Amino acid sequence: MTLFDRFFSGMRGGVHPEGRKDLSAARGIRALPLPQKLFVPLQQHIGAPAIPVVNVGERVLKGQLIAVAQGNVSAPVHAPTSGIIVALGDHVAPHPSGLPVPTFTLACDGLEEWAELQTCDDPFALEAEDISARVAAAGIVGLGGATFPSALKLKLSRGMQTLIINGGECEPYLTCDDRIMRERATAIVDGISLIAQAVAAKEVVVGIEDNKPEAIEAMRGAARASSMKVVAMPSMYPMGSEKQIIQVLTGQEIPAGGRPADIGVLVHNVATAFAVQQAIRYGRPLISRIVTVSGGAIKSPGNVEALVGTPVRELIDFAGGYSQPAARMVLGGPMMGQHITNTNVPVVKGSSGILALTPDEIGQDEASPCIRCAACVRACPVGLLPLDMAAHIRGSDLSGAVDLGLKDCIACGSCSYVCPAHIPLVHFFNYAKGDLAAQERSKLKQEATKKLAEARSERIARVERERAEMMAKRKAARAAKERAAKEAAAKAAEEAV
Amino acid sequence: MNPIAHSPHAHAPSSIGKVMLTVMLALAPTTLFGFWLYGWPAIHLWAVAIIAAILGEAFVIRVRQRAVRPVIMDGSGILTAWLLALSLPPYAPWWIAVVGSMFAVVVGKQIFGGLGQNVFNPAMAARVMLLISFPLEMTTWGAPLPLTSPNGLNLLEGLRVTFLSQPIDGMASASLLGHVKTESTRGIGLDQALTGFFTPMDALWGMRAGSLGETAALLLLLGGLVLIARRIITWHAPLAMLLGVAVPALIFSLIDGNHYAGPLVHLLSGGVMLGAFFIITDPVTSPNTAKGQFFFGLGCGLLTWVIRTWGGYPEGVAFAVLLMNAATPLIDQYVKPRIYGRDRKGAALPAKKGA
Repeated sequence: MTLFDRFFSGMRGGVHPEGRKDLSAARGIRALPLPQKLFVPLQQHIGAPAIPVVNVGERVLKGQLIAVAQGNVSAPVHAPTSGIIVALGDHVAPHPSGLPVPTFTLACDGLEEWAELQTCDDPFALEAEDISARVAAAGIVGLGGATFPSALKLKLSRGMQTLIINGGECEPYLTCDDRIMRERATAIVDGISLIAQAVAAKEVVVGIEDNKPEAIEAMRGAARASSMKVVAMPSMYPMGSEKQIIQVLTGQEIPAGGRPADIGVLVHNVATAFAVQQAIRYGRPLISRIVTVSGGAIKSPGNVEALVGTPVRELIDFAGGYSQPAARMVLGGPMMGQHITNTNVPVVKGSSGILALTPDEIGQDEASPCIRCAACVRACPVGLLPLDMAAHIRGSDLSGAVDLGLKDCIACGSCSYVCPAHIPLVHFFNYAKGDLAAQERSKLKQEATKKLAEARSERIARVERERAEMMAKRKAARAAKERAAKEAAAKAAEEAV
Repeated sequence: MNPIAHSPHAHAPSSIGKVMLTVMLALAPTTLFGFWLYGWPAIHLWAVAIIAAILGEAFVIRVRQRAVRPVIMDGSGILTAWLLALSLPPYAPWWIAVVGSMFAVVVGKQIFGGLGQNVFNPAMAARVMLLISFPLEMTTWGAPLPLTSPNGLNLLEGLRVTFLSQPIDGMASASLLGHVKTESTRGIGLDQALTGFFTPMDALWGMRAGSLGETAALLLLLGGLVLIARRIITWHAPLAMLLGVAVPALIFSLIDGNHYAGPLVHLLSGGVMLGAFFIITDPVTSPNTAKGQFFFGLGCGLLTWVIRTWGGYPEGVAFAVLLMNAATPLIDQYVKPRIYGRDRKGAALPAKKGA
């Protein structure tokens, strides 16, 4: 790290992992040959899973809607190619658990027959609502890895001051954004302009880490005619994290617990901007993405454009297979990506990379005691005390960890990366966050149960009360009747006397 | 199937062992200089201290029923003994080193729960224990007898000094700070006391009586800069400690130069340089944050100067460090980094809609 980076990056902390981007950066994007079968999960985004609208056995066309969005936060799913839906059932998920999730199995017919698409010759004449509606219909989600439905972000961010386009790509190994910027800059800039129009942004800034000079040049060339600024940012992890890129480019911070919109900022990834352009101009839904296939155990690393649903195995084969047995397979980047144990998992909308790593690259070691060296404190881009948080979590003191800022942790992994004692700090934090969420859920459940129980006892009490009142009334009525009868009898007797 | 691994799937090429090794390498120049300056007795004393620490620690680990090898191999116990040895009078008898080292690793570290758990710097705790318990042995200084000089001791003579406490003829001397203290109690002013006793150039190089590895200010500075460059330590605590000593020394020497020693005397004598770069930068017993470390270093420096100037002992680094170690949890409680998106008090920053 140079002195310059430290003082002027605008970001606190951060680490400099070995980039390893040269493995895959030099080669152009290649299209993956059509696989025989695709496995398209119903949930590839944050929010509710999509609901299927085609039946097993039905023939679908490329780009045809096969599952619709459900509820407010969701995204539809489209057929990545033409073929027959042969199954809708469980398939191994692109997740460390490898648990089965509902997935379409599509037998490709090799014809690549497109469905009818809604193109648009003059997209800048579209209303803002229309743009976000088309983005929603295309099933576009954040391609940086967060997979939040993009249309929702557009809708929530109308009238923003600043639109930031994230070309940071700070994760080591990954070069998919680098390549797409080099090769498709014009389309990306077009997409950025459409997003800017949809949210009426006053200012557009494209941030790219300075380890990608070719991408910066390509984007500057493409953006020359527009008012958007292309800024070279210092290369430092986690520069591409939403909070950090905002801090670096605007000098502002998202308030704790808030969203970028709270300070008038919207952030989209460069690949998302490309997907938006494809959707608006050509009506093409999001059915493919650029994936970096890399790592020390891959024979010929590179970037491929793969259809959503392609099994990871096919991409590895396309990259020449393994040069040596991989010690670990990772989906995404090495800093935040997920360990996968099964190469049958499909590429989904959020899959930025497939890495086959060697033991040297992982650098795993047994954890030793914390020496309080505070390397984690210096590395944390959020300003947390990872060593103290981990100590609290180790002692099952979750509320202590929350007081120290557990909920502000962005799980970037910088602390774990630098820890000389090899303590899996971020693992502790994710575990604690999971536990916390479970506790909160069970608390909600308890409260709901309590409310129901109270309502029930109240209802029973009311019924009792009403019955008692009824009885009393009846009794009174009966007594009155008897009295009346008695009086009448007495009167009759009197009269008789 | 492999167990599931959590991200990150990459790691900086660092380990506890490497950290300790780097610190030892940074200590090597001043240590080798000490060996040369004081000859074989210094080498013996250093070796005895380290062996005693390894044995003492291995014994405790056995008793605690833990694996011995990883604990010894992390190098922390060896480093503790090394630092202690550097702070001992070079001609001290062997049992001083043994008692000190054992105390450091057993009482100073393992009793608290091992590496990372101790509140007080083990080397300094041991030094204070030795100073209080064996004041004579701990304050008997000898003038340098360099290995290469004609009257330097050979290996055998060196063994006799260390293991049989054979006195070195006519070589008893006083450390600078001890000398100043004695002279001032006799009512002799600094202008006389320092004449012929303090020459800044000798103090820089370390050509004088003193602890085994505390005299060579320049070599200690060199080692410290290496540690800063290798990002093992940061500049905050060392600089603050040097300031903490130098600033009051400067002010008071300007007020009454005949009674109060100037900043150069304070900085270049006793354990200040070793303390600033190698003792108070011990991560276990110092605060977490850069700011906290600055306050910690400042406190160490100020207390050192106060003890030296008005206290009963001529040297105060070890006491100052222990006192500030006790204050470390307090500093950590109050000096915390500001969290992203929050103000200093931890409340969320205000939202600026459409700003």
